[in-house]
Amino acid sequence: MSTTSATDAATADPAVPMAAVVARGLTKHFGDLVAVDGIDIDVAAGETFAFLGANGAGKTSAMRMIATVSPVTAGDLRVLGMDPTADGPAIRSRLGVVPQEDNLDLELTVRENLLVYGLYHGLPRPLIRARIDELLAFAQLTDKADNEVESLSGGMKRRLTIARALVNEPDLVLLDEPTTGLDPQARHVLWDRLHELRSRGVTLLLTTHYMDEAEQLADRLVIMDHGRIIAEGSPRELIERHVTREVLEVRFGSGRQPAATDALLALGLPEVDAVEGLAERAIVHTRDAQATLDALDRHDLRPRGHLTRRATLEDVFLRLTGRQLVD
Amino acid sequence: MSAPSAVSVAAPARLTPLALLGAGRAHTLMFRNYLSARSHPVVFFGGFLEPVFYLFSLGVGLGALVGDVTGPNGVTVTYVEFVAPAMLAASAMNGAITESTFNIFFKLRFGKLYDAMLATPMVPMDIAVGEIGWSQVRGAAYSTAFLVVMAFMGLVRGWTALLALPAAGLIGLAFGAVGMAATTFMTSWRDFDLVQLFVLPMFLFSATFYPLEVYPGWLQAVARVSPLYHGTALVRGLVLAEPSWSMVTNVAVLVAMSVAGLLVARRRLATLLLT
Ligand SMILES: Nc1ncnc2c1ncn2[C@@H]1O[C@H](COP(=O)(O)OP(=O)(O)OP(=O)(O)O)[C@@H](O)[C@H]1O
Ligand SMILES: [Mg+2]
Repeated sequence: MSTTSATDAATADPAVPMAAVVARGLTKHFGDLVAVDGIDIDVAAGETFAFLGANGAGKTSAMRMIATVSPVTAGDLRVLGMDPTADGPAIRSRLGVVPQEDNLDLELTVRENLLVYGLYHGLPRPLIRARIDELLAFAQLTDKADNEVESLSGGMKRRLTIARALVNEPDLVLLDEPTTGLDPQARHVLWDRLHELRSRGVTLLLTTHYMDEAEQLADRLVIMDHGRIIAEGSPRELIERHVTREVLEVRFGSGRQPAATDALLALGLPEVDAVEGLAERAIVHTRDAQATLDALDRHDLRPRGHLTRRATLEDVFLRLTGRQLVD
Repeated sequence: MSAPSAVSVAAPARLTPLALLGAGRAHTLMFRNYLSARSHPVVFFGGFLEPVFYLFSLGVGLGALVGDVTGPNGVTVTYVEFVAPAMLAASAMNGAITESTFNIFFKLRFGKLYDAMLATPMVPMDIAVGEIGWSQVRGAAYSTAFLVVMAFMGLVRGWTALLALPAAGLIGLAFGAVGMAATTFMTSWRDFDLVQLFVLPMFLFSATFYPLEVYPGWLQAVARVSPLYHGTALVRGLVLAEPSWSMVTNVAVLVAMSVAGLLVARRRLATLLLT
């Protein structure tokens, strides 16, 4: 996936899909706090792009600037080719927004929520009514259409929020932690819906703390930490670039773990690229897990348990920040 | 669902000539409030009954003891004729204040309704205008009902009484706009006691229950700066068919309040919601 520079996007041939989001040095301050610290991003039309980061990394702050509901402190930002400061309403009419916390209208029914949202967008009523049935089916909420929103489960509310974001047939959908707090089954249902949107060519921009979510959905992602982008690429690229294909997890029991991790490091095994020590286990980036296990055995460092698995984005994150993504 | 070109139907109004009207989508919020009110109809009746109760207890009850008083332009009117227009003005004020403080505070701090709206092409001024517009619709229903009651009781002296309806609307607009602006500064439910601290004395001392002349000079001066005094004077003159040039001042004060309140509310809503 090639990146487009801001000037390219501005002068792009209309036949070529325009970049959905272009940011250069995008910055957000809240008083003295720097929430977003000069990030550059390029999201191509039709692409699914993810912000991966721990709590407080600045994902929501970045998303809110892109949604044109938060003034940019510094830097350049173009959304769908327009300037958020001057063209806020025009941009928002082509956006779908799924905020981190559901903000459905609890005093209205499911159907009424979709109706008034379409009206907020200035759509004619007959058009909205036609779309509502389609959206209810998409969100699998047809039989809940006349229920109060308050009576829906968390997963249903999330699906309704997504359906609501689609009422204006947006070109770009912003999803801030779409599946946080949902059980695994509800997450899979949502992922399904998002895959469907993707296949229709809608540009998706999402944030998540879950690496499996980013792996599942994203064509490309950035890892954010303390307001900065510390890595960028496709999930595969990031894993190949920053960690070994497989990792070995070894557990020595909580009492022995720190000493054992240090001893393991001290061995300086040739096939080991890096070792990340956690409280209850060590993650060994090794090109040959069996050789490493044999070496441990030879040096009387016998783990209580071990596991060899494919490397994930979680390992990339740990490698880059020294911290875990989700506790 | 996916054809991006079909989106043009949503083309938003950019800056309308009257920035006071926002993006011109205020009516959609009014419709939303109507949908919500439809499922909670009981709240509607309270606003109508309150001034009727006051009219009967104070106007009719007390009026039996008090006798006649001096009304606008020095004409003599019965006490109940004197009090009834003030109840109309005061209920327009109370309705607007309740709507613009309690209800809006809740939506602002807990409901997140406005966050959802601002993710669409709507702008903060649409919210300000929509909420106040809705409060006007409710207010108009109450005022009309109350004026009908007054007419049946023979408390109306001429066709100018019909103008009391837009006058009550203007009172609602002025207090709704200022109430909404004040609400954007509130941080907890306790701040509503402050609202009562203004509203109750205003209700009691705005020539509501007695002509201004019975007050000592300094209290008359205070009463004259009370916006409700201007509202009451306006409605009373219209209901009793005693127009005068001072009504121009009354209207000007209320219009100034409305515009100032709306402008402050718009700016504060943007500061609070667009962080
Ligand atoms: N309105 C605000 N006022 C002040 N500080 C804020 C505001 N919004 C966010 N912050 C701060 O900015 C930083 C980044 O927050 P942000 O919500 O963007 O992080 P996030 O990556 O979305 O985190 P999470 O995963 O917890 O949602 C945090 O330190 C947060 O406290
Ligand atoms: Mg967040």
